[in-house]
Amino acid sequence: MSKLIVEERNVVVPGEKLATGMEYLPGNGSFREGEDIYSSQLGLVNVSGRFVKVIPLTGKYNPREGDIIIGKITDVSFGMWLVDVGCAYFACLNVREVPEFIDKGADLSNYYDFNETVIAQVIKVVRSKDINLTLKGQGLRKIKGGKIIEVTPSKVPRIIGKQGSMISMVKEYTKCNIVVGQNGKIWIKGENVEDEVRATEIILKIENESHTHGLTDTIKKALEEGTKNGL
Amino acid sequence: MVYSKREDGRKFDELRKISAKVGIIKRADGSARFQIGDTIAIAAVYGPRELHPKFLQDPEKAVLRCNYDMASFSVTERKKPGPSRRSTEISLVTEKALASVVELDLFPNTAIDVFIQIIQANAGTRCAGICAAAMALAHAGIPMKDMVAAISVGKVGDKIVIDLDKEEEDFEEGATDIPVALTARNKEVTLLQLDGEVSKDELMQAIKLARKGCEEIHNVQIEALKEIYKEDKNGQ
Repeated sequence: MSKLIVEERNVVVPGEKLATGMEYLPGNGSFREGEDIYSSQLGLVNVSGRFVKVIPLTGKYNPREGDIIIGKITDVSFGMWLVDVGCAYFACLNVREVPEFIDKGADLSNYYDFNETVIAQVIKVVRSKDINLTLKGQGLRKIKGGKIIEVTPSKVPRIIGKQGSMISMVKEYTKCNIVVGQNGKIWIKGENVEDEVRATEIILKIENESHTHGLTDTIKKALEEGTKNGL
Repeated sequence: MVYSKREDGRKFDELRKISAKVGIIKRADGSARFQIGDTIAIAAVYGPRELHPKFLQDPEKAVLRCNYDMASFSVTERKKPGPSRRSTEISLVTEKALASVVELDLFPNTAIDVFIQIIQANAGTRCAGICAAAMALAHAGIPMKDMVAAISVGKVGDKIVIDLDKEEEDFEEGATDIPVALTARNKEVTLLQLDGEVSKDELMQAIKLARKGCEEIHNVQIEALKEIYKEDKNGQ
């Protein structure tokens, strides 16, 4: 007989038994041994249909196709750039994947140079974990000015909120331009430094309190107070 | 002389006081502190990250690198800082004790670095180090098949005891120290060392004792890992 041992949204540790019986199937972050399903990560249980998943609470960025990420160019080689996206593997940005027309034999560092930061999209993650990026698409470009902060990648969905509700609220109140990368890197650019500092503080507050109830209201209150006092 | 009573008044199958905390090093990907009696170990995990030099990379799985070290102030007589014959050996056995539970094949060509520092020592440091490292690995979000807990058992005089302290290790009639690491679920032995003399029966008895001790340690480890996300239950 199949039975679920833990409840939805419980915190589980590696090796903890999640379910017994063949009715359930192991999803991400869990595995089957014999009849039982065990967790392989520290995270929250998520049951969808027959699948038992564990959503990790910590850990490095795990790239997925379609993710918008923010990365730094770390190497310029023949026909491609290597981009550091904050995971264990370098991401590869091919010359064919940039919007500019680049002549054969041109110096690639004239277009995107070392230490420059780009907003890019993951187009492919191959089996050996190499990541392919593209700069062709809406909003994908090289970043100029502003500042970049880092948060835990697993907290990114909370910072964005439902249909981007949280982040658009922060944008509205702080008058900053904010881009959140799925890899936990966030680019903030405002009219002046004060705005950027304020947006940074708010985003770090969201990260710290990401597990609490009624987060949107708390953040809205903090934003309104800041507007009254500071500006 | 018979060893009829333990110096610190514990029962023969009683552990010293255990406490653990996760997330003590901010810049590390995962970290933990594990304290048993007066022995304190802290562990930090970095990675999976790129491995250099490149020839050390394994295209099939990640390389687990452990580094055990004792702080110079951790013992009564100042320990010369830096790696030694002893710490190199302990790093190696720690690595092997943990490698069997970490799912290394998910991160080919990378390294997972584990740094263990003993900041206060009163016997059982390698066991405390393994316990801390297992928690730090879980905290770093690295997939693992199981948790690992370790405890030293042994024979002091003619008695089989668990969790020896320094005084017992140096017992004049002779003491045998057996560090044991066990996985939490299947109780598989991932570390077994022996320094001294025991009969076969005594060894089996000691390992049985270690199983009980490891269970207790494992509960502390789980509690410490869940502690940092406690508020989740009240929240959403």
